[in-house]
Formats: sequence, C-alpha cells, structure tokens
Amino acid sequence: MKKLRVILDEREVDGNPFQPDMWRIVRRYPLTNDVNFYQARAVDVDRTLLMDYLPGQFVMGSVSGDGEAPFCISSTPSRPGLLELCIRKMGTLTETVFSLKENQTIGIRGPYGNGFPIDKMEGKDILIIAGGMGAAPLRSLLLYALDNRDKFGKITYLHGARTPGEMLFREEFMQLKERDDLACLLSVDEDDTGAWTEKIGVVTKLFDEMEPIDAANTYAAVCGPPVMYKFVIQRLVGLNIPKHQILMTLERRMKCGIGKCGHCAIEYLYTCMDGPVFTYWDVLHMKELIGKGVSDNVIA
Amino acid sequence: MMILKMKKEDLSVFLETAKEWGELWGPTRKGERIAFEKVDGLSQMDLKATRTMIPPKKFLYPQRFTMFDFDDKGYVERTGHAPNRILFGVHPCDIHGIQIMDKLFLEEFKDPYYAERKEKTLLLGHSCIPDDKCMCTETYTEFIAEGFDLFFTDLKMFYLVWVGSSRGHDLVRLKPELFSRDIGKEDILSYNEYRKWKKSQIQAETDFTGMPDIFELGYDSLVWDELAEKCLACGQCTMVCPTCNCYNVVDEVELGTVDGTRDRFWDSCMFREYSLVAGGHNFRDKRVDRLKLWYTHKLQAYIGEFGEPSCVGCGRCVATCPVDINVVTVTEALREQEVGR
Repeated sequence: MKKLRVILDEREVDGNPFQPDMWRIVRRYPLTNDVNFYQARAVDVDRTLLMDYLPGQFVMGSVSGDGEAPFCISSTPSRPGLLELCIRKMGTLTETVFSLKENQTIGIRGPYGNGFPIDKMEGKDILIIAGGMGAAPLRSLLLYALDNRDKFGKITYLHGARTPGEMLFREEFMQLKERDDLACLLSVDEDDTGAWTEKIGVVTKLFDEMEPIDAANTYAAVCGPPVMYKFVIQRLVGLNIPKHQILMTLERRMKCGIGKCGHCAIEYLYTCMDGPVFTYWDVLHMKELIGKGVSDNVIA
Repeated sequence: MMILKMKKEDLSVFLETAKEWGELWGPTRKGERIAFEKVDGLSQMDLKATRTMIPPKKFLYPQRFTMFDFDDKGYVERTGHAPNRILFGVHPCDIHGIQIMDKLFLEEFKDPYYAERKEKTLLLGHSCIPDDKCMCTETYTEFIAEGFDLFFTDLKMFYLVWVGSSRGHDLVRLKPELFSRDIGKEDILSYNEYRKWKKSQIQAETDFTGMPDIFELGYDSLVWDELAEKCLACGQCTMVCPTCNCYNVVDEVELGTVDGTRDRFWDSCMFREYSLVAGGHNFRDKRVDRLKLWYTHKLQAYIGEFGEPSCVGCGRCVATCPVDINVVTVTEALREQEVGR
C-alpha cells in the first residue's frame, strides 16, 4: 500500500488537483425515497486502487454541466476497489446524479479532509450515534472497525431515523444485530408500518438501552440533523466522555475541497482541510463551528 | 541580496529592453482611476499614483477564467495560454499580498492555474508615495525584502535596484551597462532618508496589535450590528483586497450539447449565497455574520494561523467602501466603543 501512496502523492504534486477522474457507476439502488446508494469503480482501474482513504473523508463529485459538491464516503477502505456514496436529492447536481443509470460515469476527485482519527481510536471503545443521513459517513467508520475488529474495544452503534422507511441501510444494520461482537441499537421516531420490531422514540432513548460504558476509554462519533446534536452531546458529556473524544463531522459549502476557494472557512480552519471531523472541544472554542447552542451549523 | 544603482533616465531604456521577455504592464491613469494596463513604455505609466483600484492579484488569478473544457468523455485542463508578462510598478504592500496568495495557492495542493501565471509573470516592484489611506507601517509591509524579481527604490536622482531572483538578474544582464555596483556612503544616507520619509508619511492612526483578543472579546458586540446595518453587502471590499482569494466555480454548457467549460471566478463572502448549501440551509444568512467573517479572517484568524494579519495595509478597502466600513473603522469601533453586549 505504501508504494501506491507514493504514486498518489506524486500525482498531488505534479497533477492538477482539480481534475476529476471518471468513475463508472456499477451499482445503484434507492435506500429511501430520496436517498440513492451508489457503488462506483474508476474507469482507470489503477486509480481505483489508488483511492486510499480514511473513514470520515469525503470526495468532490461532479457531473459536467451541474458542477461539483462534496459527498462523504460511505464505504470502508478495508474493502478496496469500490467507492460507495449515499446521495440525497437536494439540488440541481444531485437531481442529475439521480438521473444517472448504472454504467454511466460521474466525476470524482479526492479523498479530502482529515477523516476520523483512526490511530487514536484504535485500542479504544467506540460509540457511534447516527441520525438520519448521518449514517452515511458513520457507516464507513463502523464497517472499518468491524473489519479490524481485534484493533478496537467494545463497539456500540446507535442509529435513529424518522420512520423505518427512512432508515438508511436498514437491512444491513438489522443483520448486524445478529453479531455478538457489537451492540447495534436501532430506533425510529414513529412506526408508520406497524411492522417495526425495534425501539420507537428519539435516538437519545437508545442511551438508556445501552450497557454502561468506560467513558475515559471511549471515542464517540456523532453525525445527524442539527436538532440531534444538542441532545446527544448532552448525553455524551453526561456520561463523562472527554470532550476531545467526542467527534462530529460537519458540512459546509465547498467549491474546491483543498483549502483554496474559502467557502468552508471557520475562523482559521477550513472544514475541507482541518475537518470535516471536529471534536466537541473544537466546537466549544470555535464560535462559528456549531455555536449558538449546538444548533444551526451541523451536517444533516 | 544584490543591490545595484541605476540612473533615473536609464529606466526607460531598461524597460524597452526588458520587453524582449514579454508584455509590459504598469500603472496607468484613467481619469480618477489607476489601473494596471498593458503599455508600450515608461511614458504611459503613472509611477506617482498611490494605488491601483484592483491589486495585481488579477494577473496571477484573473477575475474569471476557464479551468476545464468538458464533453461526455471527461474534463480537459485548460492551461498553457498565459502570456509572459512583466509587471512594473508593484508597491511593497502588494508584493506582500502576493506572498500571502502564494502561501494559499502554491503550498499544499498547488493550484496549477495560479502557478502557471506566477511562473510567467516577472514582478518589478517600485517604491511608492503613501497617502492618507495607507497604513502599511501598522502591518509591517512598508518595505519588502523578497518576493519580487527586481525592486526599484526611487531616490530622486537615481534608483537603487534590489535583485530578488535569478530571473531578475537575467533582466539586469540584458543591459548590464545600465547598472552599477558603485554605491557610496551618500547613497546609503539618502536611502535612510527615504525610509524615514516614508514612515513619516503614514497618517492613518490604527493599531492591529492584540486584534485576536479584541475580536474574541467583542464577538457579540453591538458594534457588529451597527456596521451590518450600514453594509450594502456589495462585495467591493473583497474584490479590491490583495489577499482575498475566495472563488466560485460554475459549469457553462453550450445550449443543446453536453460540451462546456468549468469556470472559476471571484466570489465574495459578503454575498448571501456564500455559505448556502443544497437543501437551503445558509450558514451565514445574516449580513452581520458575513461581515464578521471577513474581518475576523483578516485580523484574527490569519494571525492565529500565520502569526501576522492578512491585511497588508494598502488602504483599498478604505478608498473603496461606499459606507466607510474598512479595517480602520472596524478596528477602531471594536477598540473604542463598548464591546460587551
């Protein structure tokens, strides 16, 4: 892998970092009524192998004519060869992405951002809390930890969605419940199907279901809609998890992904280079990061 | 550092010779406004003008340009078209500004578009005559020691010429007979006089020291709301600032085809759409948040990152803002007015 990394670095030095590579969509299916799942492989096969990333990193995805936008990576680097993205229909670019069929291509460049601090998290217990679309980047971390199971302590995965139909990767996570080497707790705010067998209620209710944790030895990773952060963070702080071990991944407008266009600047940090993964301590002393009562500014 | 002496009257001949390398651009006067324009020679330039409306960043990073041509097969980089240019008459503050741009565009993830233009531009600096809007002594940018190819300091009877790069030396070697190494005590004294004179010309009374703390303390100050009430969000401050680098990218498609271009153009953090994301959430919906971003970025955040402000004291925001919001008035308001809420 080291040799590949060298090639990638050379490419960053010599090549055009704004140049999208063409990736072929090899599989595409809906996860919910407005979120699609995409598996892609680079048209240039060598490039696929060079896609060496960390959970929590993102790529800039583009469709010519509709521009570029950042997308978090949902797959894990422990399963190389395919890149997986969850894309919600949100604007003109994602509408075009939704119209793409299997075997059509999409422009990809990256990976960018800091990603989760895997080096520090190894050997520790992992507590993941996902709300709604927040499952997209956290799935990468969860699968990575499961694929390297012996490198991590206890793994707990909490996932809340509005309804069963809106739960990303519902079947995949239901299957994980069968494993005895992690605790996977799922909940929905309301069950409109009448067939939901798991918890009903907001995601913070799952904290009550969870076994006691070893707070000082735990890294928590949170991603979800703005409203969720306030309540989840309260619980995590209440559990005495150190503030610098509470991780969250944020969203901003980005036009470059590499610290040039300025849009994602927060004080002296760039979300694209210094983030998108920040700690709760960062949030506390950087006013604009989430600020204002852990509200507005967080990834949905 | 190599410093040479040149007779005033030889400059014209020198520039004529230098044109061998590429297009000659310099500050020209158009009525009230000063702008860098392509010129035939020294006679068309106004070297006494204090500042151009737009800083020389426009040569390294044009207001709008095409990054890629695309079709259904992919994206083809558009580089290799930048002309060789000699930019004459760039003032110390603007060279400092370019050094800040270099940091942003050339260090991590080198920007090939900026790099190409930088490579094809020779920067020939020139000493300046400050006016009442200049504040370079407060930003320590009134003199410059590096970042240029040649720098001409006008000492009335002659020029002292700093040779700042190998390429600058190549220009000197085109007409070596115009330059002399013979710098005497008199010359050193008159250079010292010039330095004293320049410092004495700065009238702006502003003080950027301690700004990171002042900004932090005054983050919720009503001063910001008052300023935002006046601000037109026109973005002129960002366009004229030598260290504003923000840009937007859009795809332009030819009607009825899949062919088009991916274009990059100057953006402004004063614009409402600046922090708007798909789905309609705007991280900086209020003008006050956008105004705070600009000033805290220049005078607080950048100091935290690089140890110095990203303001180079050129005075363009002072000269340009239609409602008198600029680094001087904002700094003063936060310092002097009650900052608590």
